[in-house]
Amino acid sequence: MSAATLYGLCGAALVGLGLFGAIVHPQPLRKILAFNLLGGGVFLQFGVIARRGSAAGMGGDPVPQAMVITGIVVAFSATALAVALLLRLYQVSGGVTLNTEPPASPDGDGGGR
Amino acid sequence: MTAALVLDAGLALLVVAVAVWTIAAGSAFAAVVGFVAFGLLLALAWVRLAAVDVALTEAAVGSGITGALLITAAARLRPSEPGSVAERPGAPMRAVAGALAFAVFAGLSALVLLPANPAPTLAPAAAVHLPELGVGNAVTAVLLVYRALDTLLEKVVLLLALIGVWSLAPDRFWGGAPGLRPSALPGGELTLLGRLLPPVGIVVGIYILWVGAIAPGGAFQGSAILAAMWLLVMFAGLRAVPETSQRWLRLVIVAGPAVFLAVGFAGFALPNGFLSYPARFAKPLIIIIEVVLTLSIAAILGLLVAGPSECERQR
Repeated sequence: MSAATLYGLCGAALVGLGLFGAIVHPQPLRKILAFNLLGGGVFLQFGVIARRGSAAGMGGDPVPQAMVITGIVVAFSATALAVALLLRLYQVSGGVTLNTEPPASPDGDGGGR
Repeated sequence: MTAALVLDAGLALLVVAVAVWTIAAGSAFAAVVGFVAFGLLLALAWVRLAAVDVALTEAAVGSGITGALLITAAARLRPSEPGSVAERPGAPMRAVAGALAFAVFAGLSALVLLPANPAPTLAPAAAVHLPELGVGNAVTAVLLVYRALDTLLEKVVLLLALIGVWSLAPDRFWGGAPGLRPSALPGGELTLLGRLLPPVGIVVGIYILWVGAIAPGGAFQGSAILAAMWLLVMFAGLRAVPETSQRWLRLVIVAGPAVFLAVGFAGFALPNGFLSYPARFAKPLIIIIEVVLTLSIAAILGLLVAGPSECERQR
């Protein structure tokens, strides 16, 4: 088993864990965290593809690596927007529930993306 | 070889263990602390995958800046936690979610264990034009030359996210200062760090930007370090958070995408299309774009953490 395979399995586990957390946790902040774990797992899969494509004297294929760098920054901006929405919801309604029953709580997903 | 493999296996297990902790932790604050540790360990995994550029980005943006954002949010949302624990789904729902998550894990694992042979790669194609571009780091070349359109659109995404965050401010606070509150006691350790670290951090940030042309580093990583230094100074209360209506601030934010777009459109007139650089000026143009982008990204990252306006406009 190569190192790339190990990290690929690690990335697969992160995707599974993140998905589980995003479904099971009632708190939106925990859902956002779980989404970021899921994203980290997907990026790691990209890294494994890049590592396996090492050629021309490079340790890995630079194209997936560059895509992951772009992805990390975009994931951060989505997280920042989701957190800002969450804090505003808390300011306005005094709670952060995603239940549709209370009148102040707008519907929508806590992940914000 | 086997020693390295044992190290890799240990690191992969550690990453998964910290991820489990992040999901299972009792309080949101503990989970966020776990997430920051997770990001740093993941950065080590990226080094082991020979992707040092990604490792720097993960440590700086994925772990550092995201961590600062989430820790502030977790502290503010702490009073709301007991209420939402009651909404925890029941055992059947958890079992279904667990089965679904396991199915996704199994599917992805199968893809990892049965890879395409030979593995697809664009590395030789990326290497061909490096000498004429004058850029030694292939990842920088992909980001700013081959796939410059992706990078340009990413800047626009950052800008849109900032507009989204700012537009959450109540009407009466529009144009005022963001709600980031200094969390330091005067004369405490954060004040000391806020005075000691920025001079070093700013030099390191600029170095990482500059070295990105030939070695791991670049505009994203450098700007994340600069943003961290700015946030440190603001959290320590040494400098006030600027009002979002200030003209210089808005100019800095827009400058990066604007210069990038201008160079892109100039490509129509000079060489042969959008975002193509004239042969002899490729490197100077790339450096100009990177420097301006670094300033803009640093400002946007800092302001995204600072959040929407929560004070009335003074001027």
